[in-house]
Amino acid sequence: MVSHRDHLAAVKAEINEVTAQEAAELLSEANPPALVDVRERDEYEQGFIPGAVFIPRGNLESRIEAAVPDHDQPVVIYCASGNRSAYAAKTLTEMGYTHAVSMSGGFSGWKQAGRDWKVPRTLTPEQYDRYSRHVLVPEVGEEGQLKLLESKVLLIGAGGLGSPAALYLAAAGVGTIGIIDADVVDRSNLQRQILHTEDRIGMPKVESAERALKALNPDVNVVAYTERLDSSNVLDIITGYDVIVDGTDNFPTRYLLNDASLVAGIPVVHGSIYQFEGSVTVYKPHEGPCYRCQYPEPPPPELAPSCAEGGVLGVLPGVVGTLQATEAVKLLLGIGDPLIGRQLRYDALTMEFVELKMKRDPNCPVCSKEPSEIEFIDYEQFCAMPSRALATPVQEAVA
Amino acid sequence: MSTVRMPPILRQAVGGAREVDASGSTVREVLVDLTDRYPGIKGHLLDDGGELNRFVNVYVNNEDVRLGEGLETAVTDASTVIVLPAMAGGAI
Repeated sequence: MVSHRDHLAAVKAEINEVTAQEAAELLSEANPPALVDVRERDEYEQGFIPGAVFIPRGNLESRIEAAVPDHDQPVVIYCASGNRSAYAAKTLTEMGYTHAVSMSGGFSGWKQAGRDWKVPRTLTPEQYDRYSRHVLVPEVGEEGQLKLLESKVLLIGAGGLGSPAALYLAAAGVGTIGIIDADVVDRSNLQRQILHTEDRIGMPKVESAERALKALNPDVNVVAYTERLDSSNVLDIITGYDVIVDGTDNFPTRYLLNDASLVAGIPVVHGSIYQFEGSVTVYKPHEGPCYRCQYPEPPPPELAPSCAEGGVLGVLPGVVGTLQATEAVKLLLGIGDPLIGRQLRYDALTMEFVELKMKRDPNCPVCSKEPSEIEFIDYEQFCAMPSRALATPVQEAVA
Repeated sequence: MSTVRMPPILRQAVGGAREVDASGSTVREVLVDLTDRYPGIKGHLLDDGGELNRFVNVYVNNEDVRLGEGLETAVTDASTVIVLPAMAGGAI
């Protein structure tokens, strides 16, 4: 039988401790150690040491490797007073961490020494519940989820591509979702545009979209624009958004959006679909190619594809729009390798993905210019529906 | 003979095929062979001077030729050539 006091003393004799002063010195070095806060959530919410990773003691073994993959990296652990962190240091040492130390005096001692601390931004209990599967992923975590909640994404089009993209971005907790679309819901949209429903036929698509997104996640602020992008409104509309998801399918909007995004410096997640094939890429201003590096000019009207040949497998925009949402979330979180300079093409019939490499064109007519020198062009809408929706560009109807 | 993958929009003009074989040791020769046999696609691919239209991209082994050697890019029997015109219906 060993008392807690004796046990703690024995553990402390086995591990290494640093004082708050020593910890502060280590943390100010060029290659600082990882700093791990092993207190409980309610303690952490009262304040923490900037830069610390929050892993409650009870989750230490299961989560430490995601936070500190290199077992030889020095780790400084703290709790409230230096006891739980001593046990934690012993555990990490047993797990093979070669330089795990406990900060004696804990967070209390750190504060008493007048050192810097701050109150963390945290999710509400409801948000913690809703986004728990994000919080569990180390690359997202609570910090990433808070970032998503503060993010703004603009969707161009509430159609086939915009539908799954909007739903997944809303579900993911992207705080502000702008949607621009001038159309109303048509019965022929419902084969693929899953934002809309039979009882909302005739309603403006942005209104239908707002209802769907609000029903899914009331956290999301939906900004609806029932208009078309043109050279006079494009900058006003896009400015302030972090990422644009381009789900429109007509040349004038694609080119206008490309040029304006270069001026505003906003990445565009581009998606397109036709029949059984789709493609996704990311145009990040001045880091990779832009749409005009790829296609400097739209084709002349006489060589534009015949609208009557259109049509699309209903599931296809689901795949492509979901890939766009994935890229948008990655860009917002700053994780992974977005499709910059790469075009991912998907063929539903053969179930093949092909990645094409694209480079920035140093002589690109637009992105080689200074943003202040870029002028916007309103191209003529030249691909119109042959039948009843004469005013609607077929590409939007298809998308 | 290299394999040329056709975009959906031009398949009708080549008898509905997803892929067609074409001969030539450069992209230019391949496209000339193709447009000689399927005149319907010529206006989509090449301008009056025989150069690649600005709204069409050609990829050899998944790399855009426009930013490399352009129409003079070498093509071998093992090459896959992908032709992608800009498309209002989805840039496909």
